[in-house]
Amino acid sequence: MRTYGKLGWLAAGAMLFAASEAAAQTEIQWWHAMTGANNNVIVKLADDFNATQKDYKVVPSYRGGYADTMNAGIAAFRAGQAPHIMQVFEVGTATMMAATGAVKPVHVLMKEANEPFDPKNYLPTITGYYSTTKGEMLSFPFNSSSTVMWYNKDSFKKAGLDPETPPKTWPEVFEAAKKLKASGHPNCGFGNAWVTWVNLEQLSAWHNVPLATKSNGMDGFDTVLAFNSPLHVKHLQNLVDLQKDKTYDYSGRTNTGEGRFTSGECPIFLTSSAFFGNVKANAKFAFGNAPMPYYPEVAGAPQNSIIGGASLWVMGGKSAAEYKGVARFFTFLSDTDRQVELHKLSGYLPITKAAYDKTKASGYYKEFPYLETPLIELTNKEPTANSRGLRLGNMVQLREVWAEEFEAALSGKKTAQQAIDDAVSRGNAMLRQFERTVSR
Amino acid sequence: MEKRAIFGGRALPYLLLAPQLLITLVFFYWPASQAVWQSFLLEDAFGLRTDFVWFENYNHLFHDGDYYRAMATTAIFSIAVTALSLSIALLLAVQADKSIKGAGAYKTLLIWPYAVAPAIAGVLWLFMFQPSLGLVARGLRALGLDWNPLLNGDHAMALVIMASTWKQISYNFLFFLAGLQSIPRSVIEAAAIDGARPVRRFWTIVFPLLSPTAFFLLVVNIVYVFFDTFGIIDAMTGGGPAKATETLVYKVFFDGRLGGNLGGSAAQSVILMIMVIALTAVQFRYIERRVTY
Repeated sequence: MRTYGKLGWLAAGAMLFAASEAAAQTEIQWWHAMTGANNNVIVKLADDFNATQKDYKVVPSYRGGYADTMNAGIAAFRAGQAPHIMQVFEVGTATMMAATGAVKPVHVLMKEANEPFDPKNYLPTITGYYSTTKGEMLSFPFNSSSTVMWYNKDSFKKAGLDPETPPKTWPEVFEAAKKLKASGHPNCGFGNAWVTWVNLEQLSAWHNVPLATKSNGMDGFDTVLAFNSPLHVKHLQNLVDLQKDKTYDYSGRTNTGEGRFTSGECPIFLTSSAFFGNVKANAKFAFGNAPMPYYPEVAGAPQNSIIGGASLWVMGGKSAAEYKGVARFFTFLSDTDRQVELHKLSGYLPITKAAYDKTKASGYYKEFPYLETPLIELTNKEPTANSRGLRLGNMVQLREVWAEEFEAALSGKKTAQQAIDDAVSRGNAMLRQFERTVSR
Repeated sequence: MEKRAIFGGRALPYLLLAPQLLITLVFFYWPASQAVWQSFLLEDAFGLRTDFVWFENYNHLFHDGDYYRAMATTAIFSIAVTALSLSIALLLAVQADKSIKGAGAYKTLLIWPYAVAPAIAGVLWLFMFQPSLGLVARGLRALGLDWNPLLNGDHAMALVIMASTWKQISYNFLFFLAGLQSIPRSVIEAAAIDGARPVRRFWTIVFPLLSPTAFFLLVVNIVYVFFDTFGIIDAMTGGGPAKATETLVYKVFFDGRLGGNLGGSAAQSVILMIMVIALTAVQFRYIERRVTY
């Protein structure tokens, strides 16, 4: 009994001590969706920031996948318990942006906190996705990637293809895939993850054709889907034709099919550049990546690619002191050396021009050329209204509806034209509903 | 002469009922009333703007082809899972009830799958049937069947039916076994002496005596298929491909949680609630009359 009593006193003392230390600091809650190596990166960033100063303490907390984190944040906001910083995937941008009052735009935050902040320092194709058309940054880009074409160099050699000159255009990819299929890949000549991100969203930007009107929704919620163009139908028709003998093989809506590349089953695989860590750890063959293919008959192609990934949103209703801490943390994140380090550590893209230039000057890309491929794509040309980014409400549901129509076409239930038309009309109905809920 | 305890006053019985009533109110009536209220609202995800729209969410649902398709999918799915899991469980229970060597071990092993969480069950089956990794899937492909649940809706449906059935067999097995063991041996032996063959004995004696158990399981299984198979579907197919495995309860989750359409999702759960209440009422009112207790 007496020993317990002593322990109790000790515990109470320890708690008092902890409480007094916490009182001196302003805590910044950071909800995120990163697991594994990327979770370590987040924890390290928070620790490093906390070590540089004593006034603020960033507390990262994992809240499940992207959709889970966003839903948890929304539920917390409704209960008056929102975190300060919330990591939201790019498709949640329109929903967050429409929530006036629930979020604090980054450009306002930085100005109010008197933190040095020049939007021109950031890479426009990355920040553009998260900014107003006037260039005001709404959320802070955190982990960004783009679609690249990963390929298996060993399989290329075996098929008699040159592993150092990967196919550049879609027709070349189809030809290469046929050869690869004949030389030991009977179930998959080429494939891709994130079926609609790659085959609709990126395809549109890369060929400078609109996915939706009003600059893909950036200029207003009254946007209308426009991807029932001959190019989109033709691309889907090609995939449908090649699916029949598995020169192309559908690999699911998300990235669960990525294992088909690392296992060697699919020798060409289009997916996120952030797949890099996984490939490096698991692929037992020589690999490389290349920019996305394009259709050579489309004038001006390739344009530039758009990003995927997530950004950090600042939630509304917090005190000035807390916002000051968030702003200081963002300044900390924008530091050139830190961006370079993050880029090398995680494979995600640097968000400032200075960080990109510095990495390039250090000769890092000579050694790891596949880390530069997405940056080459993103900065290929000055972004146009069709390639700046997307801002469509109900985007999570939209992607599912589009994927369903792709599945219907690929399984032969609908023609390519019918599937694309249905994807547009069903998507438009959802856009109108979103427009109604936000503009009342 | 029957003895009766008479309580003075009304306070005590209500007091004794109170905990149960409280639990029902807090965990059933309160959330259910919230769902009903929400189903009349049009609201953005953050709850910043709320409009009362009367029956618009319902109206929208009844003009939505997807909703009818989800109903059809649910009907196929629930009939298949209930029929399969009940009949397989009955077969296994009858076999395990025989005096065979190692019956205890069989019984224990047959009960195990019930302890597996739905999502885990889904992942286990996915490992076997995933087109590029699964062992069974490779076997099927080697046999010349182009097994592809990622694109073929029928294959995906077969997959979720198999996993959901497998998961529920143990539960049904347990109840059938208990039911079988409570049938007096003397009745069966008397029939045997009269010259009835095992099959006849089963259909004329055992099965009627098992019918209360079977009826109870029918209700429980339908509720299971309607609600508890959610984890399996989410882990295995996510409702795909092209909504081929989207049941009503999965659609509630999908529209509400992933799509942020809270009003529409609430309207669906209200309809689902009414359906299950009606189904249970019908079962108790009509089917129970033909069941021998």
